[in-house]
Amino acid sequence: MELIAKARAAGEAIDADVLVQAIPYCRHLGVIARLEGELLTLELPFAAHLVGNPMLQALHGGVIGSLLEMAAMAQVIYEVRTPRLPKPVDISIDYLRSGRATTSFARARIAKQGRRVVNVHAEMWQEDESKPIAALRGHMLLDSVRS
Amino acid sequence: MTESVPPWLKLVQGHMHQTAFFAHLKGEVVGFGPGKATMRIPYGPHLVGNPDTGVVHGGVITALLDHTSGAAVMAALKDPMAIATLDLRIDYMKPATPGEAIVAEVTCLKVTHSVAFVRGSAYQSSPDDPVAICTGAFMLMRGTPSPMMDAKA
Repeated sequence: MELIAKARAAGEAIDADVLVQAIPYCRHLGVIARLEGELLTLELPFAAHLVGNPMLQALHGGVIGSLLEMAAMAQVIYEVRTPRLPKPVDISIDYLRSGRATTSFARARIAKQGRRVVNVHAEMWQEDESKPIAALRGHMLLDSVRS
Repeated sequence: MTESVPPWLKLVQGHMHQTAFFAHLKGEVVGFGPGKATMRIPYGPHLVGNPDTGVVHGGVITALLDHTSGAAVMAALKDPMAIATLDLRIDYMKPATPGEAIVAEVTCLKVTHSVAFVRGSAYQSSPDDPVAICTGAFMLMRGTPSPMMDAKA
């Protein structure tokens, strides 16, 4: 992404929310990024267009998967200073609790960083961070060789 | 394709595209068969994950496979009931080509008392050249009504 490449070339930090707002799919869902100290958190305010089960007003599984994947990717971009967007190789999502009609949060951490591939874990929660509603494990390929 | 489909499943089939988030992605139902579902999401600028290349975000494929997987499970059930995704694993084989719709085809391999298992893929020009493949498991909530039976589902 040009935004990332420019910041890297200039040796500048990337504003997490500027990055997220530059991605149309993140905007389409209504995702916001917050950086507090070293902790990068994505926030998704509830909206009617996110519902998958109207009887329970529960979030769609695809919303949950999407937010977790965005958090994983944002963390890799923030922490691993590559000029390009990482490519997802595989992800595995565990759905732990139903996503209710309230604000959701997601945060990721890098479990292992190799030269070409990163193993990343992400969690999503609502009111209580100690009660995650879903978790993701995945691998992302770094395109660090050529920029 | 609809010949062997019971009336309740026809109702589900008619409502699957109305799910708020699937509609937000402008998803379409292509077809249902016994234990099988096919859906597609046409390409659109709102789905883009990389603004430089126009490649759609991985989350779009996740959402399409999740929705199609749920439909495949319903298409394998004898009676309507609520279901919930337990887990979903996706392998991204290659980036989706910008400008082309993504089609998902999912088969429900097995239904037990409490759990159903699915396997499927997402592709563009040919099913033999998938963009992504998936496996998943769903909890079956026997006795809980399916939200897809409701017209607003």
